[in-house]
Amino acid sequence: MAATSTLAPSTGCAPSRVGGVLLVVEHFWIWYRRNWRATAVSSILQPLLFLLAFGVGFGSLVGDSGATGGAPYLVWLAPALLAVSAVQSAAFESTYPVLSGFKWQRVYHAMAAGPITPGQVALGQLSWTTAKITGSGAVYIGIIALFGGVARPTIVLSLLAAALTGAAVASLVTAFAATVESEGAAFNSLFRFVVVPMTLFSGTFFPVDRLPGWVQPIAWISPLWHGTELARDAALGVWRPLAALGHVVVLVGLLALGTALSVRFFRRRLAL
Amino acid sequence: MIGFLPRGGYAGRSLVLLERSALISRRGWLVFVSGFFEPVFYLIAMGQGLGSLVGTLPGPDGAPISYAAFIAPGLLAASAMNGAVFDSTFNVFFKLKYAKLYDAMLATPLGPVDIALGEIGWALIRGGLYALGFLSVMAGFGLLTSPWALLALPAALIVAFAFAAVGMAATSFMRSWQDFDLVTLAILPMFLFSTTFFPLSVYPPVLQTVVQCLPLYHAVELMRGLTTGAVHVGMLGNLAYFAVMIVLGVAVTSRRLDRLLLR
Repeated sequence: MAATSTLAPSTGCAPSRVGGVLLVVEHFWIWYRRNWRATAVSSILQPLLFLLAFGVGFGSLVGDSGATGGAPYLVWLAPALLAVSAVQSAAFESTYPVLSGFKWQRVYHAMAAGPITPGQVALGQLSWTTAKITGSGAVYIGIIALFGGVARPTIVLSLLAAALTGAAVASLVTAFAATVESEGAAFNSLFRFVVVPMTLFSGTFFPVDRLPGWVQPIAWISPLWHGTELARDAALGVWRPLAALGHVVVLVGLLALGTALSVRFFRRRLAL
Repeated sequence: MIGFLPRGGYAGRSLVLLERSALISRRGWLVFVSGFFEPVFYLIAMGQGLGSLVGTLPGPDGAPISYAAFIAPGLLAASAMNGAVFDSTFNVFFKLKYAKLYDAMLATPLGPVDIALGEIGWALIRGGLYALGFLSVMAGFGLLTSPWALLALPAALIVAFAFAAVGMAATSFMRSWQDFDLVTLAILPMFLFSTTFFPLSVYPPVLQTVVQCLPLYHAVELMRGLTTGAVHVGMLGNLAYFAVMIVLGVAVTSRRLDRLLLR
């Protein structure tokens, strides 16, 4: 009996609407509890290195050009890096792991074979990704604080902005991944032509108005730009209610769209 | 050099591997072409945007250069490294472990040295095309100010050769995909800290020495010297660094392939 004590006893009941989603989240959590060390490089070390290279190293070259609104470069950059790291891990977690759930490990099929619906599998996957991003973000804020990049406690609100941005990106990418049949060029192109340019042109490392005029509109359709503006205003204590409302509306809209598409594509791929 | 290599390992047919790789990349052309865009995106964003925050920086000969002219050679060196390492680690590991491609090749009249040279040769052709593309973009932005820049292409090939050789040697020791975290662990800090984005003078003296030991630092020095025309004798030292990497990498790779596949 001792060996099986970690498994929940069978209840014979079908899970409720929310219960089914939580069961899917529990699946990922059990895996993560045993294997979290393997994710240390991507979720902790990578953002730490970017903070050091740009916040500390490059930051020492940045004079007071007014571009950062008078804040030290590190303080100005840190909340944006928080959003970038949420978006990058959201994109990564929603590509190969999702394809693997359908194709290689077929975990989704196993889940949907029981009383859990394909929609609950999709929502469970998205909830887990969001929870994981939020956790990594909280750790990242601790690291930023160690290097003196936290100016005021409102950076906690930046974490919410980063989590919302990450969730929006995760939902869109998950919907896309659910339509991908073979890894081939699809994910590579997504990273090369969407994720990397989004990171570079969304006002993370410098204000968007420093770009040539024809590149600037890229920022408006980039979820990361909306997230960065929100996160930065929160961390620096800038209060622009109308702009903030606009950014939140865009991000929530994208999240709703991505979630609806994910549920739909999961249903299509698992119900057959 | 011959003494390092396993006996009977070379049949003089590594060209057929190039032919095979060329055939394959015709199918995955989008992935192939996309490798060119990443450094260009970085150049546009960082050169314009970050440049507006710092203005000019001291170049290799002390004369001030624009920030775009400062990072462009760094990005060229980094893309030579990234391309070579990606090709020689992830791709080679997949072929070695899962596709069992080399087992099949060794069943034909090909030796491990043919395979090593063929694979590295393809990585070089690919890296050379990307470098040529990037140099043209630099020329378009007016960032090449000296005829020495013509030598940046062969220099990029030497850099790519060195990273490919060492990367492939490292791959031959890898057991699972988890070991690739170590590759990221070596590549990413090098990309960020080898004076790609900011000059060596930013670091305290102890860290300056550490940075100067990194291979990418020497690649960036070479490229920055050539593209700005600040050429000096010390660059032979940078070249020697890569010569050592190439000899060690090719020797270890050939021996390991011999050991893994033929014994």
